[in-house]
Amino acid sequence: MRTWTLHATTFLAPDEPAGGTAAPAAPEAPEFFEPPPGVIPDPAPAMTATAGDAVVLVGTTKGLFALTAAPDRRSWNPTGPWFPGEEIAAATLDTRGGRNRLLVGAMSWHFGPSVYTSDDLGGTWREPEPTTLRFPDDTGASVARVWQLVPAADADPDVVWAGVEPAALFRSDDGGHSFELVRELWDHPHRPQWQPGGGGLCLHTIVPDPAGGPRMGVAVSAAGFYRTLDGTTWEAANKGILPPFLPPPEPEFGQCVHKVAQHPTRPDTLFVQHHWGVYRSDDFGGTWQEVGEGKLPSTFGFPVIVDPNDPDTAYVIPLKSDFFRCAAEGKLRVYRTTDGGETWEPSGTGLPDEDAYLSVLRDGFATDGMDPAGLYLGTRTGEVFGSVDGGETWRELARHLPPVLCVKAAVLA
Amino acid sequence: MTVRVRLAETLRPHAEGAKVVELDLGGGVTVEAVLDALAEVHPAVGRRVRDETGAQRQHVNVFVGPDNVRDLDGVATVVPAGVEVSILPAVSGG
Repeated sequence: MRTWTLHATTFLAPDEPAGGTAAPAAPEAPEFFEPPPGVIPDPAPAMTATAGDAVVLVGTTKGLFALTAAPDRRSWNPTGPWFPGEEIAAATLDTRGGRNRLLVGAMSWHFGPSVYTSDDLGGTWREPEPTTLRFPDDTGASVARVWQLVPAADADPDVVWAGVEPAALFRSDDGGHSFELVRELWDHPHRPQWQPGGGGLCLHTIVPDPAGGPRMGVAVSAAGFYRTLDGTTWEAANKGILPPFLPPPEPEFGQCVHKVAQHPTRPDTLFVQHHWGVYRSDDFGGTWQEVGEGKLPSTFGFPVIVDPNDPDTAYVIPLKSDFFRCAAEGKLRVYRTTDGGETWEPSGTGLPDEDAYLSVLRDGFATDGMDPAGLYLGTRTGEVFGSVDGGETWRELARHLPPVLCVKAAVLA
Repeated sequence: MTVRVRLAETLRPHAEGAKVVELDLGGGVTVEAVLDALAEVHPAVGRRVRDETGAQRQHVNVFVGPDNVRDLDGVATVVPAGVEVSILPAVSGG
């Protein structure tokens, strides 16, 4: 082991005898190098919005941005970035109980992940102390990234769910200030065999019961869909989802469910965008039927969302193959079904349809819950497109942003 | 003895703006003891330097004087009296 002692260096004047009686002046401590001002950019101000306005949160690899608009959603005001330089894979605006709380899962490549909340639309942020989102000591695990923050039903206004990497579910009972690991899922006997997908072994999707019941589902890449009916016992629920990346027979788990969508008025019905295949279940994942093959230009993609005004209307963004992962034929197209997946058609105009090799990640597509539905998608090349007529027409709302990781929309309470 | 811990600019907002944190510790303390004490005073700094398993984050460097503890004995490195500990982000990034 190397040990050493700090010695102050004293320089004698040329004619000064060593050991002279004059006490040498104490040397100035060397100045520590400081980077130039501006390492920490000035934080973005609070977004300007009032009750009833639409808010679109855009999480990127370099911070959180927001777009806000009056209810007509014609003119959008950009704000941000908050947490500049950090990856924002999870964000949500929690409007339950009359509050407007932003919850953000940020990840600094240097300093790790954290969850932040703001109750003044981004003017100030709070990081919970002393408890925060962390694995208990006995697990030997550490949170690498927060992938998902989902408010529970209105009936449970203080419950917030978090999905993280390595794949685990956390529950907050105080509106997102502190979280506890859901042990029943962490201790599932399948978990040691779960394999990571391209984004890591992450729990990226959470489907709480919209009525506040104990039933809920989660999706893990690449383990598939897991559900609990009683709130404590978890089971794999992938029957019928065929993974072309695993040999037969059909596995109980190991599927790569990219995203799950549910309409609150028909909670038994789920849509899944799988690594290959778009699936539908009418018994909350008990069995799945493929509904996209032969109808979509590609059944590969990441996000799927359900129209807030019609449980039979869902949207996907087909990408050309899992080896290319860009919009098929150089055309970015949102496909829409209005009959639960029986038929699909490309939605509306206004999306780039020539030499557009874009891609949209699993959380890069969202609806604002208004009528008609606002749909918003963010690309890995930093564009945000929006439609405020249920996908009939699209326009570019932002460009030149960093790569978009997540888009979440809501109406301000 | 008092150990001075110098924080990178990006860590200071999590330490009430402090550029240097002074910790009163016994003699012959290790870097680990310094980081433990720092985490007690400023937990938001502590978890930015080490994850919840205690592992030093990959892209954060801790120096004793001019030396990176990764080149010494890691967190077992002893901090000599009067030598400053500094915590700085690595040059990695994206």
